[in-house]
Amino acid sequence: MDEPRIDQLTGRPTMGHEFDGIEELNTPMPRWWLWTFYLTIIWGIGYTIAYPAWPMVSGATAGLLGYSTRGEVIADIADHEASNAALVTELNAADLAAFDPQSDLHRYAVARGASVFRAQCSQCHGSGAAGAVGYPNLLDNDWLWGGTLEEVAYSVRHGIRNETDGDARYSQMPAFGDMLESSEIEALVAFVPTLADADWDSAGAVLYADNCASCHGERGLGDRSMGAPNLADAIWLYGGDSASLTETISNARFGVMPAWGQRLSEEDVRAVSTYVHSLGGGE
Amino acid sequence: MTTQNNSLYAAREPIFPKRVYGTFRNLKWAIMAVTLGIYYLVPWLRWDRGLNLPDQAVLIDLANRRFYFFWIEIWPHEFYFVAGLLIMAGLGLFLFTSALGRVWCGYTCPQTVWTDLFILVERWIEGDRNARIRLHRATWTPRKATLRLFKWTVWALIGVATAGAWVFYFADAPTLANQFLTLTAPAVAWTTVAILTATTVVLGGFMREQVCIYMCPWPRIQGAMMDDSTLTVAYRDWRGEPRGKARDATAGDCVDCNACVAVCPMGIDIRDGQQMECITCALCIDACDDIMGKLGRDRGLIDYLALSDAPAEQAGKKPRPIWTHILRPRTILYSIIWAAFGFAMMYALFIRPEIELTVAPVRNPTFVILSDGSIRNAYEIRLRNKHGEPRQFGIHVTGDLALRIELEGTPYESVEVAPDATHRLRVYVTTPPGGEIAQTDESPIRFWIEDLGNGERAFVNTVFNGTGAQQ
Ligand code: SF4
Ligand code: SF4
Repeated sequence: MDEPRIDQLTGRPTMGHEFDGIEELNTPMPRWWLWTFYLTIIWGIGYTIAYPAWPMVSGATAGLLGYSTRGEVIADIADHEASNAALVTELNAADLAAFDPQSDLHRYAVARGASVFRAQCSQCHGSGAAGAVGYPNLLDNDWLWGGTLEEVAYSVRHGIRNETDGDARYSQMPAFGDMLESSEIEALVAFVPTLADADWDSAGAVLYADNCASCHGERGLGDRSMGAPNLADAIWLYGGDSASLTETISNARFGVMPAWGQRLSEEDVRAVSTYVHSLGGGE
Repeated sequence: MTTQNNSLYAAREPIFPKRVYGTFRNLKWAIMAVTLGIYYLVPWLRWDRGLNLPDQAVLIDLANRRFYFFWIEIWPHEFYFVAGLLIMAGLGLFLFTSALGRVWCGYTCPQTVWTDLFILVERWIEGDRNARIRLHRATWTPRKATLRLFKWTVWALIGVATAGAWVFYFADAPTLANQFLTLTAPAVAWTTVAILTATTVVLGGFMREQVCIYMCPWPRIQGAMMDDSTLTVAYRDWRGEPRGKARDATAGDCVDCNACVAVCPMGIDIRDGQQMECITCALCIDACDDIMGKLGRDRGLIDYLALSDAPAEQAGKKPRPIWTHILRPRTILYSIIWAAFGFAMMYALFIRPEIELTVAPVRNPTFVILSDGSIRNAYEIRLRNKHGEPRQFGIHVTGDLALRIELEGTPYESVEVAPDATHRLRVYVTTPPGGEIAQTDESPIRFWIEDLGNGERAFVNTVFNGTGAQQ
């Protein structure tokens, strides 16, 4: 390496290195820049002491300030809940039978209920509440147990056919496979889908009147007081084709839903019911 | 800036710009008065927008996500207006730089304007250049300490005023001013004021030319915007050299009085040629013109000059007229693009509706079969009311006679939307079973909203999902 020298043309000192005849002039950086650089290093070290930073065998150094992103989220949630406390009180006191769908409280309940639904209900009823075979579609206007906000809230609170809640909705259809001949079941399977516009002289009609009408009603319109489905409408929970109907009549079906009143807070039960009620089927 | 030792770092060499009188200095004073005036006063202008909206003419309302500019109100989804303004600002800088070099730096950059203000205070308290140099070299005496303390206090006050004016753009100015006076202002306001006060004093009082030379990216960009037809501040060396005494008949016009160096806020000698540090503030022109005037020589030894004119002038020809430097294909092109953006934005602004809707069809599921077999689609609709008072919006759908519309939570086909707000609404469209539209995969439909107050309408096209042919 050559010694630094004074460049004749500019009168400036060179850095003292040279490549292929090219030399670099020494143009000093400002000293404050250097100090700023040192400061950022000191700041960086301080930062890693104050905040979680250095990876250890398991986890990382905790940092003197005790900060954690998890803690921040917890604090955020606490803030959020504190700011919603008044609405929650109001929601718990609201009369569901006369819940004004244009009110701010209703909007809050729907928003809160949507998140409860996604976390607790979507596993069976689907994230869009469209249900699946055996899990009712909550968007349509067909309700097994009633579609007013209070009825929906009752179903959510106590559940369906569960063992844990004495007030659970309960209905039980006999398994007709043990009671009827297979030819009779076949006749019923042929008759039931025609209920809306039925031939009341057919063999199926007689079998229907004897075995089914007591619960599902003379005209097959169902009975919400005992959760008997409407058989004359376009909606089939377990499918309306012959194979599904044969299976349903022979063995009966028993869907189960937990009693959410035991698992969710009162406000969450009310919120999720309001949400479901606001999806288009609410009565 | 040159250091003869071999250190890689050098301390800042303090600069003591001398007071100068002249055309450009006066122009700069005027621009300083106008720009600072705008900056400090605009938050206090009022603009009546009715009961429900703020009456501050220019307000960036972060909490409610609105930007108010006199009669214009920008919502977050209209951010393209802001983007367009930034593009226009960028193009404007290109235009000015290619025509007149770093005029932005020399006259209007906040760094320049505030530094000028701080130097004004400095000169007022500590005296002009020579007095300041003497004070700088003097040992610390009570007098020096008093002067410094006084200067720093005034600087700090300017800093506070600067920072204070900034926060007024983000909140109702009279309310916030009152909160400051009664010590009830929000913490974020105090913090912002503290930080901006510090940056103002540090950048304008202590860093000054260092900001332009080492921190600001703009000088590098400007280098690319200039060409040899650009007018910049330059020294007519063919006229000035060789430098010599005024009496010396063989010498050029430059009497080597150092006036141009003494006034330069960047601490450079323009006679060394165009330099990265030069912000083209033109103060050296004033300084030199003053000297030339006293000597009875022509002004303009240092002047706004284009590189391309130098050879012609050296050959004794007249320089091209100024307008040929300013009106060139390049600057005209920049102006056209700039104006095109401006007109496009004006157009967008004037056709901007006062009511708007967006429609998001619910796709989970795409349709629902009701108990009577009807097919129903759901839509999430957002209605925007930009008026200052609540409006009743009617909603209906066109596309097929068999379509029936229902709004969630109300038996009516209209809703009230609060002033200056967005209303979210679930809307259902139902068609009876078996019809053509029920059995088509997708049929085009159109949502209309109508402001029932004044009949203004808007629509959005979307689709209705049927069961398809298979069912
Ligand atoms: S160099 Fe940067 S900071 Fe300095 S005057 Fe120009 S734009 Fe402003
Ligand atoms: S050389 Fe002249 S124009 Fe350039 S910064 Fe200095 S005084 Fe201003």
